[in-house]
Order: sequence, then C-alpha cells, then structure tokens
Amino acid sequence: MANESNESPVFAVKELSVKYGEFRAVRDVTLDIREHEITAFIGPSGCGKTTVLRCLNRMNDFIDSAKVEGLIEYHGVDLYDSDVNPNEVRRRIGMVFQKPNPFPKSIFDNVAYGPRLVGKMSKSDLNDLVEKSLRRAALWDEVKDRLKASALGLSGGQQQRLCIARCIAVEPDVILMDEPCSALDPIATTRIEDLMQEIKKDYTIIIVTHNMQQAARVSDRTAFFTTEVNTQSDRRTGVMVEFDLTQKIFSVPSDERTEAYVTGRFG
Amino acid sequence: MNGLLAVADLRGDPRRRAHDRRMRRLLGGSALVTIVISALILFVLARGTLDFLRSIGWDFGILRDLNKAPGWFPRRERFDLLTIFTGSVIMGMIAMLVAVPLGLGTAVYLSEFAPSKVRKILKPIVEVLAGIPSVIVGYFALKFIAPNIVNPIFSPDQPRNMLVSGLAIGVLVVPIMASISEDALRAVPSSLREASYGIGARKSTTTIRIVIPAAVSGIVAAFIIATSRAIGETMVAAMAGGRDGSGPRTLNPLEPGLTMTAAMTNAAGGTDQVNAGAPFQVLFFVGLLLFMMTMTLNVIGDRFVQRVRQQY
Repeated sequence: MANESNESPVFAVKELSVKYGEFRAVRDVTLDIREHEITAFIGPSGCGKTTVLRCLNRMNDFIDSAKVEGLIEYHGVDLYDSDVNPNEVRRRIGMVFQKPNPFPKSIFDNVAYGPRLVGKMSKSDLNDLVEKSLRRAALWDEVKDRLKASALGLSGGQQQRLCIARCIAVEPDVILMDEPCSALDPIATTRIEDLMQEIKKDYTIIIVTHNMQQAARVSDRTAFFTTEVNTQSDRRTGVMVEFDLTQKIFSVPSDERTEAYVTGRFG
Repeated sequence: MNGLLAVADLRGDPRRRAHDRRMRRLLGGSALVTIVISALILFVLARGTLDFLRSIGWDFGILRDLNKAPGWFPRRERFDLLTIFTGSVIMGMIAMLVAVPLGLGTAVYLSEFAPSKVRKILKPIVEVLAGIPSVIVGYFALKFIAPNIVNPIFSPDQPRNMLVSGLAIGVLVVPIMASISEDALRAVPSSLREASYGIGARKSTTTIRIVIPAAVSGIVAAFIIATSRAIGETMVAAMAGGRDGSGPRTLNPLEPGLTMTAAMTNAAGGTDQVNAGAPFQVLFFVGLLLFMMTMTLNVIGDRFVQRVRQQY
C-alpha cells in the first residue's frame, strides 16, 4: 500500500498552529500528505483534528477569529499566500462534511452545481459528467430513474454519497472528509468505506474520524492528536502526537499516549 | 424506602395546585378577551356592511357606475369603490417597488455579508425603524420626499400625489420586508453555505444560487406581509396622497389619489364626515373589505412562514 517514495507530497504541513482569538485550538502539527493515499486524523474530541482539516482548504477563513500560523504547502505553494484565491483552492480540494448536506435541489442539480460554477458546458457533456460522478460515488443505479427528484428524499447514506458525487464532479485533486460516516448506520458506513478504497487511485483523501476501527480499516497513514490541558488557564489545546503508517500506529506506536488511545485505555 | 406508597404521598401541596388553576384561568381569560374583541370588530363591520347594503338597496351597480366619471364622493352618495381600490393598489405597488429592493438588499447584507460587529449595530436600527409612528413618516413625505425628490424630478401638478405617498409607504414597510427576509435567510443552515464554499463557489454565487433559493418561501412571506401592511397603511396615505375625493382619475401616479384607508379616515372624521345613512355606513363596508384583504394576505404569508419552519 504505502510506499516510502521520494515524490513530493500533496501537502507539506510545518509547525501549523491555529488560534481562535486568544485561544490556541491546536499547535505544532507537522506532517506530509502523500498522493493517492488515505490519511486518517484520529483523536479524542477537542484535539483539533477537524480544525487542521479545515485549514487544508481554507474553510477556516469563514471564522473571523481564526488565525493560522505555520506553513501549509500544497504542491509547493503556500496555501495562505495573499495571492492565493481560496475559491480556487476549494475547487481543487473538495470537502465532505460530517452531516450530509445536499442542497434542497434535485439530485441532478446537486451534482451539476460545481461544474456549472466553472462555466458553460453543453447539456450532453453535463449529463455525462453527472452520470460519471454518480457512478463513481456508487449511487447511479439507485438514483438514475429519479435524477429530477429532490435530494432531500434520499436516505442519509445516499445523501452522503451524493455529497461525494457533488464533490468529485468538479474533479478535485484532494477530498477532505470530516467524519463522513458519523451520522450513518453501519451498512451505509461500509459502503462509504468501500467507495473511499475505490476512488483513492484518483484522489488523495484525508479523513477525520472518531472511529478507530474505521481509521485502521481504510487509511494508509494515521495522525494521532490529543489534548493537553494548560494547568494555569485550564484550557485545552490540541497537539499532534504521532504520524506514521496506520499499521504501525495500531500495532507498535512510538508514543505511549497513542498506545493508550488505540488500545482503548483513554479517550 | 420501605413498603408501598399511598396516592396521598404523591399528591403534593393542594394550595399550589389551586394556585396553578387560578393562574391558568387568569391567563386563559386574557386570551379570551383578545378573541372576543376581534370577534366584536368583525361583528360591527359585518353589521355596518349589512346596513349599508340595505340602504343602497343591494344595488352593487352603484359601486362602479360606468356611466359616470370615476370618483369617491360618499356625501353625494357616489360610492365608486374602484376609485379607492385603484388608489390603494397603485400606492401599494409603488411602496413595494421601494420596499423589495431596499428591504431584501438590507436583509441579504445583514445575513450574508455584514461583519458581526456591523450587524449588531445595524439590525437594532432596522428594528427601531419598524416602530416609527407612521405620522412621522407622513410628515417626512410632505416635508422631504415631495419638495426634494418628487417635485424637482417629475414636477407634478399637485405636490401631494400617489407617488409621494407610495414612496413614503415604501419607506415605512422596508423594515418589515428586511426583518422577515433576514430571519428567513438566517434560517438557512450554514451547512448548505459550507457545502457550496467547499466546491469552490464564491460568496455571491452561494448567496444567489443556494441561500436565497432556500429561503424563498420566507422571502415571499415577507413580501406578502409587507404588502398587507402597505395596503393597510393609513396615515401616510391620508397625509401625502392628496386626499382628492375623486380618487385616481387615471393610473398616473403623479395624480393625487385616495386609498381605501384614507377614504375611511375622511369618512370617520375628516372632510366627508357624516353621521348616518349610507355615506356613514359605507365606512364599515370598506373596512370589512380592507380587513378581509389584509387578513387573506396575512394568512397566505403565514403559510409561507410555516413552510420555512418545516423545511429544515
């Protein structure tokens, strides 16, 4: 699976630290994300894993008080350079959210939303792209007869796969997934996990998950985060403890905090 | 605890229960009074309407006599309803032409674009504006809108006309339009905005393609409720509309005109004051029509508001 090649990483994160106002949410995150791998962020609540994920496509821009320090390079470009347009970033780095969030539009219009933003496209090209995206998201067979129906009528698992289809319709390079299965039942979860394995040959995937088994099942590499409590202010700050091959994190982690977490003694 | 309980152990303090009952009766009583008052108003309007219709001998032709020039002269027993209805519609339309862009623009700005600091200042101002007594807006129409805006640009024959009055009514309903639309826009879950941003959509695109369509039923509700308020507005129409008893002779908004509400004011205490007979009773008839029009609009508006609530 994961081979230690020398090719340049998709993301090079160095000494990343995020503050919300005066409160430091997470600090000292350094890791490389490799192409066509699935990287999992695990750790207890409040450890900053979602915060770090949202830095990778600049979704934290919408929080006025959020301040990002350190460096995130995306294919060698500083993501927070003042010349970088966050919309361009997000077109390349898509996101799937914790709660399925289809637009209150038809199934077709949900998938076509992104491509329509980019520009004019012939009707047949758009139809093809929607079909291709839905097929890739393993949803086509279930919805091909009701593309005009409201997306809100789909089940939770179908909605989440629709969100994945909507995301891949703009042909991104990276897909960020923020606990994509936490609102789904086990069967729907399995389908999403299978889907991730299938599409990883085309995309680089980063997934935040509360579910350690999920991280162990799907990911190539895992970053373990935890919280440190400042005894003076009683504030929690997230820190990245360890980042390694998933297999290693779950069998012979080098940090005892990781071991305590993955063996279920903590968190 | 040993053994079984008796019911008495769980009965609680009887005095508290009695207090609860008294409280419920008192509050229920005040609610009842409100309903009774509304019913009384409706009853009085309906009775007056019946009297009116009886005194004109159920001759509905009198309400729109095509053989005579249009005009609302109740003292001369000329009850050309179409005149004042047209007045209400023209001024209401002008008002909505002002209120929709301004109100919706304010709402979108407050909900989607304003930094939270600006919003904290601006939102209360909009809400205070909603509470301004309409007589003040009427005065504003006479002393500012007419001499400084309408007269220099359009130089109408009369300084008081339907355009002046309509613009001022528009100013008056902007806060309602803004406030209800803003509630609807803010009710759109942020997860939808995030989904759109997550695909690379800009803020303006997200607002136009996702947020506004998702809030459309609330915006329609705002429009309907603001329209109802504009049609029901009396003071501004009476002060700035020109009080011309003949009502709008044409559809030209630069002519003076009378709304249904202003016609009622006149009948009740102004130029058309009479105390009995059809010229007096017509007041109830117009009142009932107005009541039914605004109530219908409000019920439809409420339906749309309910739909917003159910959607998410």
